[in-house]
Amino acid sequence: MKVTFKIWRQEGPKDQGELKNYEVDGLTEDMSFLEALDHLNELLVLKNEKVIAFEHDCREGICGQCGVFINGRAHGPHDAITTCQLHMRSFKDGDTIIVEPWRASSFPIIKDLIVDRSAFDRIIEQGAFISSKTGTAPEANAIPIPKDIADKAMDAAACIGCGACVATCKNSSAALFTSAKINHLNNLPQGKAEQHRRVVAMTAQMELEGFGSCTFTGACEVECPEGISIVNIAEMNTRIFKSKIFG
Amino acid sequence: MTLDSKIPEGKLEDKWRNYQVRSQLINPANKKKLNIIVVGSGLAGGAAAATLAESGYDVKCFCYQDSARRAHSVAAQGGINAAKNYQHDGDSIYRLFYDTLKGGDFRSREANTYRLAELSAPLIDHFVQQGVPFAREYGGTLVNRSFGGVQVQRTFYARGQTGQQLLLATYSQLYKMVQAKKVEMFPRSEMLDLVVIDGKAKGIIVRDLVTGELKRYAADAVVLATGGYSRVFRLSTLAIGCNGSALWKAHKKGALFAAPSFTQIHPTALPQTSDAQSKLTLMSESLRNDGRIWVPKQQADKRKAHDIPEEERDYYLERRYPSYGNLAPRDIASRAAKERIDAGFGVGNLKNAVYLDFKYAINKFGLETIKDRYGNLFSMYKKITGIDAYKEPMQISPAAHFSMGGLWVDYELMTTIPGLYAIGECNFSDHGANRLGANSLLQASIDGYFILPNTINNYLATEVQKETPTINHPEFIKSEADTKAHIDRILAINGSKTVDHFHRVLGKVMWQECAMSRNKLGLEKAISEIKTIKDEFWNDVKVTGTDKELNTELEKALRVADFIELGILMCKDALEREESCGAHFREEYQTEDGEAVRKDEHFSYVSVWQYDKGDFKLHKEILEFEFVKPTVRSYK
Repeated sequence: MKVTFKIWRQEGPKDQGELKNYEVDGLTEDMSFLEALDHLNELLVLKNEKVIAFEHDCREGICGQCGVFINGRAHGPHDAITTCQLHMRSFKDGDTIIVEPWRASSFPIIKDLIVDRSAFDRIIEQGAFISSKTGTAPEANAIPIPKDIADKAMDAAACIGCGACVATCKNSSAALFTSAKINHLNNLPQGKAEQHRRVVAMTAQMELEGFGSCTFTGACEVECPEGISIVNIAEMNTRIFKSKIFG
Repeated sequence: MTLDSKIPEGKLEDKWRNYQVRSQLINPANKKKLNIIVVGSGLAGGAAAATLAESGYDVKCFCYQDSARRAHSVAAQGGINAAKNYQHDGDSIYRLFYDTLKGGDFRSREANTYRLAELSAPLIDHFVQQGVPFAREYGGTLVNRSFGGVQVQRTFYARGQTGQQLLLATYSQLYKMVQAKKVEMFPRSEMLDLVVIDGKAKGIIVRDLVTGELKRYAADAVVLATGGYSRVFRLSTLAIGCNGSALWKAHKKGALFAAPSFTQIHPTALPQTSDAQSKLTLMSESLRNDGRIWVPKQQADKRKAHDIPEEERDYYLERRYPSYGNLAPRDIASRAAKERIDAGFGVGNLKNAVYLDFKYAINKFGLETIKDRYGNLFSMYKKITGIDAYKEPMQISPAAHFSMGGLWVDYELMTTIPGLYAIGECNFSDHGANRLGANSLLQASIDGYFILPNTINNYLATEVQKETPTINHPEFIKSEADTKAHIDRILAINGSKTVDHFHRVLGKVMWQECAMSRNKLGLEKAISEIKTIKDEFWNDVKVTGTDKELNTELEKALRVADFIELGILMCKDALEREESCGAHFREEYQTEDGEAVRKDEHFSYVSVWQYDKGDFKLHKEILEFEFVKPTVRSYK
């Protein structure tokens, strides 16, 4: 299988980037998209060129590290998928495939397809935890949590922090990411003690990092590999109001 | 060299308490003066960094990923064991201890293994308190399931994403301490050397993966939590970046390496489809609770699974191991699959897989129940293969997975270099020759949360009066210069073959000769072949770009150079152990019907290797079983 990749190349954060064409032959339909990039990189080395920098690690759809725009869609043409789970069988022989990094000013480009998502860590730092030291826990079954509550917390907790929601949002909002974490912890009895403080601090950091506001168009939900629902954002908004009254 | 394992006196159930009572304490004012480096931010490293910081130390934590949340603990799917006996099925600390020891074929330390079981129950309490959304009954109590190799239900789980949820809880605790300014995080940083001053670990050399700059960091103690090294096989279930470099550099600086060849081959990965493949995807073995494994009775059967009638299917695990059946431990299940595949009964395009069939479970429990239990695994399977496993059986195949071997540590988790600790998968201590399912998250977590933060005090209590060395100490300057020379040498080769080429060749040799089954001739051949690969690598590898930039190709080259050397040691270790035990199956030592033959009278020891100017010298830690009599491991 032969395709033309048009890939964003950018030496560093301050350099001018551009799309460069690479015709690649010898691909197979069973190759994952990242394996196709590996193959291209091997060809580049043999031609004495620098490899294309892209991020990836687990290649099982769970670490959240791989993430690029493919033909204008975060993580490529399918729903509920990460880039590492995309296979070349989703493309046709002779296709031209445009590959770009995540687009958001809060995710500055480091090199080629790699962006800096450390803003997410700083949001987490502001309260996405339960303040309880190691060794101070009560017996696990001492606080029963009904199955539907545990399931709801798990639905939100499944976020892998890949950043597709931000990258695809026209406002570059981080509302889906932040709300998922808030709802995971605020729904659980262990997380209730700090619920108001958590909402205030995490959403304040989100704004400080320069993420845009949510206008509820739902693009984030469409591109989320874990199917995190935008209902989380609505719930977060309610929690913001509550925290203003009770916090 | 004497290997003092420092096992405390007393009965099994008293040892950890006896240790804690007698170990030294450091007052809070002094803790503030001490600095600790933690390399790795997964379950073990993240937990250690967060807990050490909570107890008052200043901590620097390093990881090669862009965030601690990506550490490979995130990918563990199935669950975590704890002896809670919530299911009232006769479980206990002793039973978890015994299952672990027996599962590891009596090649691990009794005292460490007992402590693992003992600390499992409070660990579940801890994770629930941190907000891990474990599966629950409608009434709100925690649910359990059983996992490969055991007959009780003691595994706690959060859908098929248990590792993710435990890691995210740990990551949250870690960043809580980052906010408290007690932990400084260094993402996109890779340790390239250990700095040893006056025989003690006092710092590390790190490459900033964005700028390429080499940096020196000094501390009063160094903790390695860098995970497993099964990427030595290239194709494995591990994340692409997982590497053995930190361990290898520590080994070359004097830390002894234990049981390097003990690699767990996981029975339920997706089969390899081509040479271009970069990794193998793991499916949680929890699938084996309800799935039935079979191959056609007829060799090279070309029919589709549905067209093969019941009487022509060979449920080989149920046939060979009637009491454990599809839940037989991982080494048994992997080897049995390989045996059928090698004998010509494999299925799939490359005939390298076996079927894992859910038809029976769906008929018995209903589609909805199966979806609730394994839904995300079925959708992952469909994403990757394009096959709907609710309608036809999955195809699975064995894959290199967990490294039971690692740096030798004593009961305090300290290596043979004072002040250097190894925790989680990168040490050797608790699993023996085979790791029981759902014990890896357990070990990583208790090492990081409960054990190391206690035992490290004992060492630091004697260091607190001494000054932390400065990064201008001659050993720092030398280590950095050596690291720079190593990088320059690789970049200067400018040969004709890519790094991936060498990794593929190494991986094939290792998989062929040092994986599921080994023999003398094959291992000797492998050692000589890997030496040739090493020579070729250092003469003909080509790495483009420079060292002063983000250069993923250079990162790979540095890791593969270390894997090549580690591969030689693994083969030596497998060659030396003339018996079969756990994951180590020496073909010369098997019964007539293909079961492993262990030789306790000669090999009841941990093989511990010292780096010796490019060669390796063997030491032995004799295993003494004070409380348990090793038995022949039978799952029939």
